[in-house]
Amino acid sequence: MNSWIDLNALWKIVVFGLLAGAGLPALFAVGLFTLSRGPKLRTAGANSESDAIAGGSVAGMVTAAICFLIVLAAIGWGVYEIYQTGHPSHH
Amino acid sequence: MSNDVVLALVVITALGFDFTNGFHDTANAMATSIATGALPPRIAVAISGILNFVGAFLSLAVAATIASGLVDTKAVTLTVVAAGLIGGIIWNLLTWLLGIPSSSSHALIGGVIGSTMAAAGASAVVWHGLVSKVVIPAVLSPIIAALVAAVGTWVLYRITRSLTDAARKHGFRVGQVASACMVSLAHGTNDAQKTMGVITLALIANGTLAAESNAPVWVIVCCALAISLGTYAGGWRVIRTLGKGLVEIESPQGMAAESASAAVILLSASFGYSLSTTHVATGSIIGTGLGKTGAEVRWGVAGRMATAWVFTLPSAAIVGAGAEALAHAIGGTAGVIVDLIILLAIVGAIYYRSRASRVDHRNVNDEWSGSVTPAEPATAAA
Repeated sequence: MNSWIDLNALWKIVVFGLLAGAGLPALFAVGLFTLSRGPKLRTAGANSESDAIAGGSVAGMVTAAICFLIVLAAIGWGVYEIYQTGHPSHH
Repeated sequence: MSNDVVLALVVITALGFDFTNGFHDTANAMATSIATGALPPRIAVAISGILNFVGAFLSLAVAATIASGLVDTKAVTLTVVAAGLIGGIIWNLLTWLLGIPSSSSHALIGGVIGSTMAAAGASAVVWHGLVSKVVIPAVLSPIIAALVAAVGTWVLYRITRSLTDAARKHGFRVGQVASACMVSLAHGTNDAQKTMGVITLALIANGTLAAESNAPVWVIVCCALAISLGTYAGGWRVIRTLGKGLVEIESPQGMAAESASAAVILLSASFGYSLSTTHVATGSIIGTGLGKTGAEVRWGVAGRMATAWVFTLPSAAIVGAGAEALAHAIGGTAGVIVDLIILLAIVGAIYYRSRASRVDHRNVNDEWSGSVTPAEPATAAA
């Protein structure tokens, strides 16, 4: 760490930025992918005009729900952390 | 020395700056959602306005650090603050007229540095602080945001490659709107605090508050209101440049860009790095163009923005210095009032100029033809 660049903050911003800024959307994408699994979309697969995303597989839907919930929980936790650090007197 | 008339004028000018800050930066959060049609334009600016209001209450970490460490606070008088704000407002409005997303934070910092230099000389500026806290983060933050957005974009398309284009667009719309909301919240948290910091500085300079005081509640509420109203007014010109001009955006790219922006802004704010939300949002949008094979980044548009970024600090500083010199030459309360009358005249002129080529919620998404103003005049549709 030198006086011009705060490298300690910088690497944290890059690493946590990638985890939250790319990792959480990726988890959301995994949810969309598992949601699309199942018999409904296999028959509709040829129809590229369809914008249906639910494939009808129960396991797929449950996995998708878990993914979406993790994303929501992570956002909620992040906002709470920012509130905590931004109001030091509330500790 | 206290002067309540000047103090009131400074507070009003600061809230005016806060309004232009919201207005200029609606695009940072909502440009991609408007461009992909995930949200109707007027709903988008309303949601963003509300979340900016909420965001302003979320954290107070940045408000405490702004201005401290950049200029010698003993050199800061009410007139210096007023002149600095004038520099920031004029630069914000000029870049809005040109549809360029430039940093409101840099405009404010530049204005204050210029007016401080005019009042107390170059030695009153903490140059090391300026480089390490403002210039270097301005160079690094768009690169980091672009990296995160490019990785995110590549991963999103990779994971959902078996979905049809229509299904992917449908699925990611929800994610895109949610991530854009996070950016609005982050913007309120990050940017409203800068005006809170400036008003607090003015209250301290006037002797109304003791040094080292925190922002009083009425300051927080007024700043939150001003930035959220500004956001709701919507800087359609900048929205158009960011959403249509820089990269043609699909909804997965929108989600990747907004998630990257939200994460980088919120993380930096919580580490006490006060960076520009505009630089981050622009970096993210370029990154999402780089992360998708076949997507085109219009480097000419990006270059125009980068040029404006380089000129933001010195230009706002020159206006700030001029305003300070004029106010000083006239002297006292009258000097500040003359400055503000000139400011109002310039604001009026810029607004009048903007009417000649309207960009609003009706034509914001028209095909990009190389300029902010759509080829077909909006008046034809009105």
